[in-house]
Amino acid sequence: MKSKTHTNDSQNSKPLVNDDATARRLRTTILKMIHAGKSGHPGGSFSCLDIIMTLFADVLNFNPENPEWEKRDRFILSKGHGVPALYAVLSECGYFPSDWLMTLRHFGSPLQGHPDRARMFVMEAATGSLGQGLSIAQGMAMAGKMDKSDHRVFCLIGDGETQEGQVWEAAMSAPKFQLDNLTVITDYNHGQIDGRTEEVMNLNPLIDKWRAFNWNVLEVDGHDREALKKILPQKTKEKPTMVIAHTVKGKGVSFMEGVIDWHGVAPNDEQLAKAIKELA
Amino acid sequence: MKATRDSFGEELAVLGEKNPEIVVLDADLSKSTKSNGFAKKFPNRFFEMGIAEANMIGTAAGLALSGKTSFACSFGCFLTGRYDQIRMSVSYNRANVKLIVTHSGVAIGEDGHSQMGLEDVALLRSLPEFEIFQPADDQETRAIIRYVVKNNGPCYIRLTRQKVPDIYKTPFEFVPGKWSELHKGKGIALIATGGLVGACVEANEKTGKKLTVVNAASLKPIDEKLIEQLANSHEWIVTAEDHYTTGGLGSAVAEVLASIGSKAKLYRIGVETFGESGSPEDVIHHFQLDSEGVLARLQKNVGLKI
Repeated sequence: MKSKTHTNDSQNSKPLVNDDATARRLRTTILKMIHAGKSGHPGGSFSCLDIIMTLFADVLNFNPENPEWEKRDRFILSKGHGVPALYAVLSECGYFPSDWLMTLRHFGSPLQGHPDRARMFVMEAATGSLGQGLSIAQGMAMAGKMDKSDHRVFCLIGDGETQEGQVWEAAMSAPKFQLDNLTVITDYNHGQIDGRTEEVMNLNPLIDKWRAFNWNVLEVDGHDREALKKILPQKTKEKPTMVIAHTVKGKGVSFMEGVIDWHGVAPNDEQLAKAIKELA
Repeated sequence: MKATRDSFGEELAVLGEKNPEIVVLDADLSKSTKSNGFAKKFPNRFFEMGIAEANMIGTAAGLALSGKTSFACSFGCFLTGRYDQIRMSVSYNRANVKLIVTHSGVAIGEDGHSQMGLEDVALLRSLPEFEIFQPADDQETRAIIRYVVKNNGPCYIRLTRQKVPDIYKTPFEFVPGKWSELHKGKGIALIATGGLVGACVEANEKTGKKLTVVNAASLKPIDEKLIEQLANSHEWIVTAEDHYTTGGLGSAVAEVLASIGSKAKLYRIGVETFGESGSPEDVIHHFQLDSEGVLARLQKNVGLKI
Protein backbone atom coordinates (compact mmCIF):
# COMPACT_ATOMS: atom_id res chain seq x y z
CA MET A 1 0.00 0.00 0.00
CA LYS A 2 1.65 3.21 -1.16
CA SER A 3 0.24 6.58 -0.33
CA LYS A 4 0.74 7.97 -3.82
CA THR A 5 -2.24 5.97 -5.05
CA HIS A 6 -4.39 7.96 -2.68
CA THR A 7 -3.10 11.44 -3.35
CA ASN A 8 -5.96 12.41 -5.61
CA ASP A 9 -8.32 12.16 -2.70
CA SER A 10 -9.45 15.78 -2.91
CA GLN A 11 -11.13 15.89 0.49
CA ASN A 12 -7.68 15.60 2.03
CA SER A 13 -5.99 18.08 -0.27
CA LYS A 14 -6.30 21.04 2.00
CA PRO A 15 -3.57 23.46 3.00
CA LEU A 16 -2.04 23.12 6.42
CA VAL A 17 -2.83 26.16 8.56
CA ASN A 18 -0.01 27.04 10.93
CA ASP A 19 -2.00 28.37 13.87
CA ASP A 20 -2.58 27.48 17.52
CA ALA A 21 -5.96 25.89 16.85
CA THR A 22 -4.41 23.50 14.28
CA ALA A 23 -1.51 22.73 16.60
CA ARG A 24 -3.94 21.83 19.39
CA ARG A 25 -6.06 19.75 17.05
CA LEU A 26 -3.01 17.85 15.72
CA ARG A 27 -1.77 17.19 19.27
CA THR A 28 -5.17 15.73 20.05
CA THR A 29 -5.00 13.59 16.91
CA ILE A 30 -1.49 12.38 17.77
CA LEU A 31 -2.54 11.35 21.25
CA LYS A 32 -5.59 9.55 19.87
CA MET A 33 -3.34 7.75 17.35
CA ILE A 34 -0.96 6.60 20.07
CA HIS A 35 -3.91 5.58 22.24
CA ALA A 36 -5.39 3.60 19.33
CA GLY A 37 -2.02 2.01 18.61
CA LYS A 38 -1.61 1.17 22.31
CA SER A 39 1.99 2.36 22.10
CA GLY A 40 4.14 5.16 20.73
CA HIS A 41 6.06 8.23 21.79
CA PRO A 42 3.91 11.18 22.90
CA GLY A 43 6.71 13.19 24.55
CA GLY A 44 9.00 13.44 21.53
CA SER A 45 6.10 13.79 19.08
CA PHE A 46 4.81 16.83 20.93
CA SER A 47 8.25 18.43 21.28
CA CYS A 48 8.80 18.40 17.49
CA LEU A 49 5.25 19.04 16.25
CA ASP A 50 5.52 22.83 15.95
CA ILE A 51 8.77 22.45 13.99
CA ILE A 52 7.29 19.92 11.55
CA MET A 53 4.09 21.97 11.19
CA THR A 54 6.03 25.11 10.36
CA LEU A 55 8.24 23.29 7.87
CA PHE A 56 5.27 21.90 5.95
CA ALA A 57 3.13 25.04 6.26
CA ASP A 58 5.69 27.73 5.52
CA VAL A 59 9.08 26.40 4.47
CA LEU A 60 9.11 23.25 2.33
CA ASN A 61 8.18 23.04 -1.34
CA PHE A 62 6.23 19.86 -2.03
CA ASN A 63 3.21 18.57 -3.87
CA PRO A 64 0.97 15.92 -2.32
CA GLU A 65 -0.47 15.28 -5.79
CA ASN A 66 3.01 14.35 -6.96
CA PRO A 67 4.94 13.02 -3.95
CA GLU A 68 7.90 11.95 -6.09
CA TRP A 69 8.34 15.41 -7.66
CA GLU A 70 12.10 15.61 -8.19
CA LYS A 71 12.44 19.23 -7.11
CA ARG A 72 10.59 18.76 -3.82
CA ASP A 73 12.37 19.75 -0.64
CA ARG A 74 13.26 16.69 1.39
CA PHE A 75 12.42 16.21 5.05
CA ILE A 76 14.10 13.37 6.92
CA LEU A 77 12.87 12.58 10.39
CA SER A 78 16.01 11.08 11.85
CA LYS A 79 14.39 10.73 15.28
CA GLY A 80 12.02 8.18 13.82
CA HIS A 81 10.07 7.68 17.04
CA GLY A 82 8.56 11.15 16.57
CA VAL A 83 6.76 9.91 13.46
CA PRO A 84 3.19 10.28 14.81
CA ALA A 85 3.73 14.04 14.51
CA LEU A 86 4.89 13.65 10.91
CA TYR A 87 2.00 11.34 9.99
CA ALA A 88 -0.49 13.85 11.41
CA VAL A 89 1.06 16.73 9.46
CA LEU A 90 1.35 14.76 6.19
CA SER A 91 -2.28 13.72 6.40
CA GLU A 92 -3.27 17.32 7.10
CA CYS A 93 -1.35 18.30 3.94
CA GLY A 94 -3.35 15.80 1.91
CA TYR A 95 -0.80 13.05 1.42
CA PHE A 96 -3.17 10.37 2.66
CA PRO A 97 -6.69 10.12 4.09
CA SER A 98 -7.09 11.09 7.73
CA ASP A 99 -8.76 7.78 8.56
CA TRP A 100 -5.41 6.07 8.09
CA LEU A 101 -4.09 7.88 11.15
CA MET A 102 -5.88 5.73 13.69
CA THR A 103 -4.24 2.63 12.18
CA LEU A 104 -0.85 3.69 13.59
CA ARG A 105 1.12 0.60 14.66
CA HIS A 106 -1.73 -1.72 13.69
CA PHE A 107 -0.88 -4.84 11.71
CA GLY A 108 -0.95 -4.14 7.97
CA SER A 109 -0.93 -0.35 8.36
CA PRO A 110 1.39 1.79 6.23
CA LEU A 111 1.83 3.81 9.41
CA GLN A 112 4.56 1.65 10.93
CA GLY A 113 5.86 2.34 14.43
CA HIS A 114 8.89 4.01 12.87
CA PRO A 115 9.11 5.40 9.30
CA ASP A 116 9.16 2.72 6.61
CA ARG A 117 9.77 4.07 3.14
CA ALA A 118 8.67 0.88 1.40
CA ARG A 119 5.21 0.90 2.98
CA MET A 120 4.75 4.68 2.93
CA PHE A 121 6.51 6.30 0.01
CA VAL A 122 6.22 9.84 1.34
CA MET A 123 8.72 8.91 4.04
CA GLU A 124 12.00 10.05 2.48
CA ALA A 125 13.93 7.45 4.47
CA ALA A 126 13.36 4.65 6.90
CA THR A 127 14.72 5.70 10.28
CA GLY A 128 14.43 4.59 13.86
CA SER A 129 17.90 3.32 14.55
CA LEU A 130 19.18 6.64 15.85
CA GLY A 131 22.07 8.56 14.35
CA GLN A 132 21.56 7.53 10.74
CA GLY A 133 19.16 10.08 9.23
CA LEU A 134 21.66 12.92 9.05
CA SER A 135 24.05 10.90 6.86
CA ILE A 136 21.16 10.02 4.54
CA ALA A 137 20.12 13.69 4.41
CA GLN A 138 23.70 14.61 3.60
CA GLY A 139 23.71 12.17 0.67
CA MET A 140 20.48 13.74 -0.60
CA ALA A 141 21.96 17.22 -0.30
CA MET A 142 25.06 16.09 -2.21
CA ALA A 143 22.84 14.67 -4.97
CA GLY A 144 20.98 18.00 -5.11
CA LYS A 145 24.29 19.85 -5.57
CA MET A 146 25.42 17.40 -8.28
CA ASP A 147 22.13 17.82 -10.14
CA LYS A 148 22.30 21.62 -9.74
CA SER A 149 18.80 21.48 -8.26
CA ASP A 150 17.52 24.26 -5.99
CA HIS A 151 15.69 21.93 -3.65
CA ARG A 152 16.72 21.82 -0.01
CA VAL A 153 17.09 19.05 2.51
CA PHE A 154 15.85 19.37 6.10
CA CYS A 155 16.62 16.82 8.77
CA LEU A 156 15.27 16.69 12.31
CA ILE A 157 17.42 14.97 14.93
CA GLY A 158 16.83 14.39 18.62
CA ASP A 159 19.09 15.71 21.33
CA GLY A 160 19.52 12.23 22.79
CA GLU A 161 20.25 11.00 19.28
CA THR A 162 23.18 13.38 19.17
CA GLN A 163 25.00 10.96 21.49
CA GLU A 164 25.44 8.62 18.51
CA GLY A 165 28.94 8.79 17.04
CA GLN A 166 27.67 8.75 13.46
CA VAL A 167 26.05 12.17 14.02
CA TRP A 168 29.51 13.61 14.58
CA GLU A 169 30.93 11.84 11.52
CA ALA A 170 28.26 13.64 9.48
CA ALA A 171 28.86 16.85 11.45
CA MET A 172 32.44 16.70 10.20
CA SER A 173 31.65 15.84 6.59
CA ALA A 174 28.71 18.13 5.68
CA PRO A 175 30.84 21.32 5.96
CA LYS A 176 33.57 19.66 3.87
CA PHE A 177 31.05 19.30 1.03
CA GLN A 178 29.79 22.88 1.58
CA LEU A 179 26.20 21.70 1.86
CA ASP A 180 24.39 25.02 2.22
CA ASN A 181 21.28 23.22 0.95
CA LEU A 182 21.20 21.15 4.16
CA THR A 183 19.49 22.33 7.35
CA VAL A 184 19.45 20.17 10.44
CA ILE A 185 17.18 20.92 13.36
CA THR A 186 17.88 19.61 16.85
CA ASP A 187 14.76 18.96 18.92
CA TYR A 188 16.43 19.99 22.17
CA ASN A 189 13.86 18.68 24.64
CA HIS A 190 16.39 17.54 27.26
CA GLY A 191 14.75 14.16 27.72
CA GLN A 192 15.56 10.59 26.81
CA ILE A 193 14.41 7.19 28.06
CA ASP A 194 16.76 6.89 31.03
CA GLY A 195 16.46 10.48 32.20
CA ARG A 196 17.48 14.04 31.41
CA THR A 197 20.13 14.32 28.68
CA GLU A 198 22.27 16.31 31.09
CA GLU A 199 22.40 13.27 33.36
CA VAL A 200 22.44 10.44 30.84
CA MET A 201 25.18 11.90 28.61
CA ASN A 202 25.64 15.63 28.73
CA LEU A 203 25.64 17.34 25.32
CA ASN A 204 26.67 20.79 26.47
CA PRO A 205 28.04 23.01 25.19
CA LEU A 206 25.97 21.84 22.21
CA ILE A 207 26.00 25.11 20.28
CA ASP A 208 29.76 25.46 20.63
CA LYS A 209 30.24 21.91 19.39
CA TRP A 210 28.35 22.52 16.15
CA ARG A 211 30.09 25.89 15.68
CA ALA A 212 33.43 24.17 16.17
CA PHE A 213 32.45 21.72 13.44
CA ASN A 214 32.00 24.72 11.09
CA TRP A 215 28.22 24.84 10.91
CA ASN A 216 26.05 27.92 10.62
CA VAL A 217 24.33 27.61 14.02
CA LEU A 218 21.01 29.28 14.85
CA GLU A 219 18.82 29.10 17.93
CA VAL A 220 15.08 29.30 18.25
CA ASP A 221 12.20 28.58 20.59
CA GLY A 222 10.95 25.34 19.02
CA HIS A 223 7.34 26.08 19.95
CA ASP A 224 7.24 29.68 18.69
CA ARG A 225 5.96 29.01 15.20
CA GLU A 226 6.31 32.65 14.12
CA ALA A 227 9.98 32.57 15.11
CA LEU A 228 10.45 29.16 13.45
CA LYS A 229 8.90 30.58 10.28
CA LYS A 230 11.66 33.21 10.19
CA ILE A 231 14.58 31.01 11.28
CA LEU A 232 14.03 27.73 9.41
CA PRO A 233 14.45 29.11 5.85
CA GLN A 234 17.75 30.83 6.73
CA LYS A 235 20.97 29.61 5.18
CA THR A 236 24.55 30.73 4.71
CA LYS A 237 26.66 30.27 1.62
CA GLU A 238 28.84 27.15 1.57
CA LYS A 239 27.93 26.01 5.09
CA PRO A 240 25.27 23.63 6.37
CA THR A 241 22.89 25.12 8.95
CA MET A 242 22.10 23.73 12.38
CA VAL A 243 19.01 25.11 14.11
CA ILE A 244 19.01 24.34 17.81
CA ALA A 245 15.32 24.37 18.68
CA HIS A 246 14.64 24.65 22.40
CA THR A 247 11.64 22.48 23.08
CA VAL A 248 9.65 20.88 25.87
CA LYS A 249 9.05 17.17 25.89
CA GLY A 250 5.30 16.51 25.97
CA LYS A 251 4.57 20.16 25.08
CA GLY A 252 0.89 21.09 25.16
CA VAL A 253 -0.44 18.78 27.85
CA SER A 254 0.27 19.96 31.39
CA PHE A 255 0.76 16.56 32.98
CA MET A 256 3.10 15.42 30.19
CA GLU A 257 5.33 18.47 29.88
CA GLY A 258 8.89 17.71 30.95
CA VAL A 259 7.93 14.32 32.35
CA ILE A 260 10.44 11.72 31.11
CA ASP A 261 8.03 8.84 31.69
CA TRP A 262 5.91 10.13 28.80
CA HIS A 263 8.76 9.35 26.38
CA GLY A 264 7.34 6.11 25.09
CA VAL A 265 4.01 5.16 26.64
CA ALA A 266 0.43 5.43 25.39
CA PRO A 267 -2.13 7.28 27.52
CA ASN A 268 -4.93 5.23 29.09
CA ASP A 269 -8.58 6.20 28.51
CA GLU A 270 -8.67 8.54 31.45
CA GLN A 271 -5.41 10.29 30.59
CA LEU A 272 -6.51 10.67 26.98
CA ALA A 273 -9.81 12.26 28.01
CA LYS A 274 -8.01 14.64 30.36
CA ALA A 275 -5.52 15.64 27.64
CA ILE A 276 -8.24 16.14 25.04
CA LYS A 277 -10.04 18.45 27.45
CA GLU A 278 -6.89 20.51 27.93
CA LEU A 279 -6.21 20.71 24.21
CA ALA A 280 -9.79 21.65 23.28
CA MET B 1 46.59 -13.54 -13.05
CA LYS B 2 44.95 -10.47 -11.66
CA ALA B 3 43.51 -9.27 -8.35
CA THR B 4 39.75 -8.89 -8.65
CA ARG B 5 40.00 -5.50 -6.92
CA ASP B 6 42.02 -4.30 -9.92
CA SER B 7 39.42 -5.63 -12.35
CA PHE B 8 36.73 -3.79 -10.37
CA GLY B 9 38.62 -0.50 -10.44
CA GLU B 10 39.18 -0.69 -14.20
CA GLU B 11 35.64 -1.75 -15.07
CA LEU B 12 34.04 0.92 -12.87
CA ALA B 13 36.12 3.64 -14.52
CA VAL B 14 34.90 2.40 -17.91
CA LEU B 15 31.25 2.15 -16.82
CA GLY B 16 31.44 5.66 -15.38
CA GLU B 17 31.57 7.06 -18.91
CA LYS B 18 28.15 5.87 -20.03
CA ASN B 19 26.48 5.92 -16.63
CA PRO B 20 26.50 9.47 -15.27
CA GLU B 21 24.38 8.41 -12.29
CA ILE B 22 27.27 6.36 -10.84
CA VAL B 23 28.83 7.93 -7.74
CA VAL B 24 31.64 6.41 -5.71
CA LEU B 25 32.46 6.86 -2.04
CA ASP B 26 35.51 5.64 -0.20
CA ALA B 27 36.73 5.85 3.38
CA ASP B 28 40.42 6.65 2.99
CA LEU B 29 41.22 3.37 1.24
CA SER B 30 40.74 4.28 -2.42
CA LYS B 31 44.30 3.21 -3.25
CA SER B 32 43.61 -0.24 -1.80
CA THR B 33 40.05 -0.74 -3.01
CA LYS B 34 41.08 0.62 -6.43
CA SER B 35 38.24 3.11 -6.53
CA ASN B 36 40.98 5.67 -7.18
CA GLY B 37 40.80 5.00 -10.94
CA PHE B 38 37.22 6.29 -10.98
CA ALA B 39 38.18 9.16 -8.65
CA LYS B 40 40.86 10.36 -11.04
CA LYS B 41 38.61 10.17 -14.08
CA PHE B 42 35.42 11.55 -12.48
CA PRO B 43 36.49 13.75 -9.53
CA ASN B 44 33.05 15.37 -9.27
CA ARG B 45 31.38 12.01 -8.75
CA PHE B 46 33.85 10.66 -6.23
CA PHE B 47 33.47 11.47 -2.53
CA GLU B 48 36.29 10.95 -0.06
CA MET B 49 34.47 10.36 3.21
CA GLY B 50 37.47 9.94 5.47
CA ILE B 51 37.80 7.23 8.09
CA ALA B 52 34.09 7.23 8.94
CA GLU B 53 32.40 4.20 7.39
CA ALA B 54 29.02 4.56 9.13
CA ASN B 55 28.58 8.04 7.68
CA MET B 56 29.81 6.83 4.29
CA ILE B 57 27.19 4.07 4.15
CA GLY B 58 24.38 6.46 5.16
CA THR B 59 25.54 9.08 2.67
CA ALA B 60 25.66 6.45 -0.08
CA ALA B 61 22.06 5.56 0.81
CA GLY B 62 20.99 9.21 0.63
CA LEU B 63 22.61 9.60 -2.79
CA ALA B 64 20.92 6.40 -3.95
CA LEU B 65 17.51 7.56 -2.67
CA SER B 66 18.04 10.63 -4.88
CA GLY B 67 18.51 8.55 -8.03
CA LYS B 68 22.25 7.86 -7.96
CA THR B 69 23.89 4.46 -8.23
CA SER B 70 26.17 4.54 -5.20
CA PHE B 71 29.32 2.49 -4.83
CA ALA B 72 30.65 2.52 -1.25
CA CYS B 73 34.08 0.94 -0.95
CA SER B 74 36.27 -0.30 1.90
CA PHE B 75 37.65 -3.51 3.36
CA GLY B 76 35.09 -6.22 4.09
CA CYS B 77 35.66 -6.14 7.84
CA PHE B 78 35.28 -2.36 8.06
CA LEU B 79 32.09 -2.09 6.01
CA THR B 80 30.30 -4.99 7.65
CA GLY B 81 31.48 -3.66 11.01
CA ARG B 82 28.85 -0.98 10.36
CA TYR B 83 26.15 -3.62 10.11
CA ASP B 84 23.34 -1.49 11.50
CA GLN B 85 23.95 1.20 8.89
CA ILE B 86 23.81 -1.50 6.18
CA ARG B 87 20.72 -3.02 7.78
CA MET B 88 18.78 0.24 8.23
CA SER B 89 20.04 2.90 5.85
CA VAL B 90 20.71 0.59 2.89
CA SER B 91 18.71 -2.62 3.25
CA TYR B 92 15.48 -1.40 4.86
CA ASN B 93 15.41 1.58 2.50
CA ARG B 94 16.00 -0.73 -0.48
CA ALA B 95 18.63 1.83 -1.47
CA ASN B 96 20.55 1.27 -4.71
CA VAL B 97 23.89 1.00 -2.92
CA LYS B 98 26.67 -1.30 -4.09
CA LEU B 99 28.94 -2.22 -1.19
CA ILE B 100 32.32 -3.05 -2.65
CA VAL B 101 34.75 -4.77 -0.34
CA THR B 102 38.29 -5.91 -0.82
CA HIS B 103 40.71 -7.70 1.52
CA SER B 104 38.52 -10.75 1.85
CA GLY B 105 39.71 -13.54 4.08
CA VAL B 106 43.08 -14.63 5.38
CA ALA B 107 44.67 -14.31 1.93
CA ILE B 108 45.62 -10.68 2.60
CA GLY B 109 48.52 -11.98 4.67
CA GLU B 110 50.77 -9.56 6.52
CA ASP B 111 48.19 -7.16 8.00
CA GLY B 112 46.71 -9.95 10.06
CA HIS B 113 43.32 -10.68 11.57
CA SER B 114 42.05 -7.15 12.17
CA GLN B 115 42.00 -6.39 8.43
CA MET B 116 40.59 -9.74 7.28
CA GLY B 117 36.94 -9.94 6.25
CA LEU B 118 36.03 -13.38 7.56
CA GLU B 119 32.45 -13.08 8.81
CA ASP B 120 31.12 -10.57 6.30
CA VAL B 121 29.15 -13.01 4.13
CA ALA B 122 27.55 -14.52 7.23
CA LEU B 123 26.33 -11.07 8.33
CA LEU B 124 25.09 -9.92 4.94
CA ARG B 125 23.42 -13.20 4.04
CA SER B 126 20.86 -12.58 6.78
CA LEU B 127 19.49 -9.43 5.14
CA PRO B 128 16.40 -9.77 2.93
CA GLU B 129 16.60 -8.61 -0.69
CA PHE B 130 20.39 -8.23 -0.55
CA GLU B 131 22.49 -9.79 -3.31
CA ILE B 132 25.98 -11.07 -2.52
CA PHE B 133 28.53 -11.84 -5.21
CA GLN B 134 32.12 -13.04 -5.11
CA PRO B 135 33.82 -13.24 -8.50
CA ALA B 136 36.49 -15.82 -9.23
CA ASP B 137 38.52 -13.87 -11.76
CA ASP B 138 38.95 -10.81 -13.94
CA GLN B 139 36.19 -11.47 -16.48
CA GLU B 140 33.68 -12.48 -13.85
CA THR B 141 34.38 -9.34 -11.80
CA ARG B 142 33.70 -7.18 -14.84
CA ALA B 143 30.52 -9.12 -15.64
CA ILE B 144 29.27 -8.67 -12.06
CA ILE B 145 30.01 -4.94 -12.01
CA ARG B 146 28.16 -4.51 -15.31
CA TYR B 147 25.21 -6.45 -13.88
CA VAL B 148 24.93 -4.46 -10.64
CA VAL B 149 25.05 -1.14 -12.48
CA LYS B 150 22.02 -2.24 -14.52
CA ASN B 151 20.15 -3.78 -11.61
CA ASN B 152 18.49 -1.42 -9.12
CA GLY B 153 18.99 -2.70 -5.57
CA PRO B 154 21.49 -3.19 -2.78
CA CYS B 155 24.33 -5.66 -3.16
CA TYR B 156 27.63 -6.71 -1.62
CA ILE B 157 30.61 -7.61 -3.78
CA ARG B 158 33.54 -9.40 -2.19
CA LEU B 159 36.89 -8.93 -3.93
CA THR B 160 40.40 -10.21 -3.39
CA ARG B 161 43.60 -8.37 -2.70
CA GLN B 162 45.66 -11.26 -4.08
CA LYS B 163 45.99 -12.11 -7.76
CA VAL B 164 43.83 -14.97 -8.97
CA PRO B 165 44.14 -17.03 -12.18
CA ASP B 166 41.86 -16.48 -15.16
CA ILE B 167 38.92 -18.87 -15.21
CA TYR B 168 37.01 -17.26 -18.06
CA LYS B 169 38.71 -16.10 -21.24
CA THR B 170 36.06 -13.84 -22.77
CA PRO B 171 33.41 -11.37 -21.56
CA PHE B 172 30.02 -12.82 -20.61
CA GLU B 173 26.74 -11.81 -19.05
CA PHE B 174 26.45 -12.50 -15.33
CA VAL B 175 23.26 -14.18 -14.09
CA PRO B 176 22.60 -13.99 -10.33
CA GLY B 177 21.69 -17.30 -8.72
CA LYS B 178 23.40 -19.31 -11.46
CA TRP B 179 26.60 -21.16 -10.64
CA SER B 180 28.91 -22.52 -13.31
CA GLU B 181 30.16 -26.06 -13.52
CA LEU B 182 33.81 -25.73 -14.52
CA HIS B 183 34.42 -29.47 -14.68
CA LYS B 184 32.25 -32.56 -14.43
CA GLY B 185 33.74 -35.40 -12.42
CA LYS B 186 32.52 -38.16 -10.14
CA GLY B 187 32.10 -38.82 -6.44
CA ILE B 188 33.13 -35.47 -5.08
CA ALA B 189 31.63 -32.10 -6.08
CA LEU B 190 33.82 -29.20 -5.08
CA ILE B 191 31.86 -25.93 -4.79
CA ALA B 192 34.26 -23.00 -4.48
CA THR B 193 33.93 -19.23 -4.34
CA GLY B 194 36.28 -16.29 -4.89
CA GLY B 195 39.97 -16.95 -4.37
CA LEU B 196 39.30 -20.64 -3.72
CA VAL B 197 38.05 -21.29 -7.26
CA GLY B 198 41.55 -21.13 -8.75
CA ALA B 199 42.90 -23.35 -5.96
CA CYS B 200 40.17 -25.94 -6.53
CA VAL B 201 40.70 -25.99 -10.30
CA GLU B 202 44.39 -26.58 -9.68
CA ALA B 203 43.63 -29.26 -7.08
CA ASN B 204 41.36 -31.04 -9.54
CA GLU B 205 44.11 -31.06 -12.15
CA LYS B 206 46.42 -32.69 -9.63
CA THR B 207 43.87 -35.52 -9.16
CA GLY B 208 43.84 -36.17 -12.89
CA LYS B 209 40.53 -34.31 -13.19
CA LYS B 210 38.46 -36.68 -11.10
CA LEU B 211 36.32 -34.08 -9.35
CA THR B 212 33.37 -31.93 -10.23
CA VAL B 213 34.32 -28.28 -9.76
CA VAL B 214 31.72 -25.53 -9.45
CA ASN B 215 32.26 -21.79 -9.24
CA ALA B 216 29.74 -20.28 -6.83
CA ALA B 217 30.06 -16.56 -7.48
CA SER B 218 26.47 -15.82 -6.52
CA LEU B 219 26.36 -16.28 -2.74
CA LYS B 220 22.88 -14.79 -2.51
CA PRO B 221 20.82 -15.92 -4.28
CA ILE B 222 22.46 -19.35 -4.44
CA ASP B 223 21.91 -21.97 -7.14
CA GLU B 224 19.61 -24.33 -5.24
CA LYS B 225 18.77 -26.32 -8.35
CA LEU B 226 22.40 -27.11 -9.08
CA ILE B 227 23.09 -28.02 -5.44
CA GLU B 228 20.23 -30.53 -5.60
CA GLN B 229 21.53 -31.97 -8.89
CA LEU B 230 25.02 -32.30 -7.44
CA ALA B 231 23.67 -33.89 -4.27
CA ASN B 232 21.77 -36.46 -6.32
CA SER B 233 24.80 -37.39 -8.41
CA HIS B 234 27.72 -37.24 -5.94
CA GLU B 235 28.69 -38.93 -2.72
CA TRP B 236 30.31 -35.83 -1.26
CA ILE B 237 29.60 -32.13 -1.54
CA VAL B 238 32.61 -30.05 -0.50
CA THR B 239 32.47 -26.27 -0.16
CA ALA B 240 35.57 -24.05 -0.24
CA GLU B 241 35.81 -20.42 0.79
CA ASP B 242 38.21 -17.94 2.38
CA HIS B 243 35.64 -17.10 5.08
CA TYR B 244 34.48 -18.69 8.30
CA THR B 245 32.78 -22.02 7.67
CA THR B 246 29.96 -20.63 9.81
CA GLY B 247 27.48 -18.51 7.89
CA GLY B 248 29.16 -18.40 4.50
CA LEU B 249 28.97 -20.60 1.40
CA GLY B 250 29.32 -23.78 3.46
CA SER B 251 26.34 -22.87 5.62
CA ALA B 252 24.27 -21.80 2.62
CA VAL B 253 24.87 -25.17 0.94
CA ALA B 254 24.23 -27.04 4.21
CA GLU B 255 20.83 -25.34 4.50
CA VAL B 256 19.83 -26.58 1.05
CA LEU B 257 21.16 -30.10 1.61
CA ALA B 258 19.27 -30.37 4.88
CA SER B 259 16.07 -29.05 3.31
CA ILE B 260 16.05 -31.57 0.49
CA GLY B 261 17.03 -34.51 2.73
CA SER B 262 20.21 -35.07 0.73
CA LYS B 263 22.01 -38.38 0.92
CA ALA B 264 25.24 -36.72 -0.16
CA LYS B 265 27.53 -35.84 2.73
CA LEU B 266 28.92 -32.36 3.27
CA TYR B 267 32.44 -31.24 4.12
CA ARG B 268 33.23 -27.54 4.45
CA ILE B 269 36.64 -26.05 3.69
CA GLY B 270 37.12 -22.61 5.21
CA VAL B 271 38.54 -20.79 8.20
CA GLU B 272 37.63 -21.66 11.77
CA THR B 273 40.06 -19.68 13.91
CA PHE B 274 41.39 -16.11 14.09
CA GLY B 275 43.58 -15.04 11.18
CA GLU B 276 47.34 -14.58 11.38
CA SER B 277 50.08 -12.39 9.91
CA GLY B 278 52.53 -13.72 7.38
CA SER B 279 53.18 -13.63 3.67
CA PRO B 280 49.92 -14.37 1.81
CA GLU B 281 51.44 -17.64 0.53
CA ASP B 282 52.44 -18.76 4.04
CA VAL B 283 49.09 -17.79 5.56
CA ILE B 284 47.03 -19.39 2.76
CA HIS B 285 49.17 -22.53 3.12
CA HIS B 286 48.74 -22.59 6.90
CA PHE B 287 44.95 -22.44 6.57
CA GLN B 288 45.04 -25.11 3.84
CA LEU B 289 43.34 -22.87 1.32
CA ASP B 290 45.83 -23.52 -1.54
CA SER B 291 45.54 -26.48 -3.91
CA GLU B 292 47.85 -28.55 -1.73
CA GLY B 293 45.75 -27.84 1.35
CA VAL B 294 42.51 -28.57 -0.48
CA LEU B 295 43.89 -31.93 -1.66
CA ALA B 296 45.20 -32.80 1.81
CA ARG B 297 41.81 -32.02 3.33
CA LEU B 298 39.99 -34.07 0.71
CA GLN B 299 42.28 -37.02 1.31
CA LYS B 300 41.89 -36.81 5.05
CA ASN B 301 38.19 -36.04 5.38
CA VAL B 302 36.45 -37.18 2.22
CA GLY B 303 38.48 -40.25 1.36
CA LEU B 304 39.92 -38.92 -1.88
CA LYS B 305 42.43 -41.32 -3.43
CA ILE B 306 44.94 -39.94 -5.86
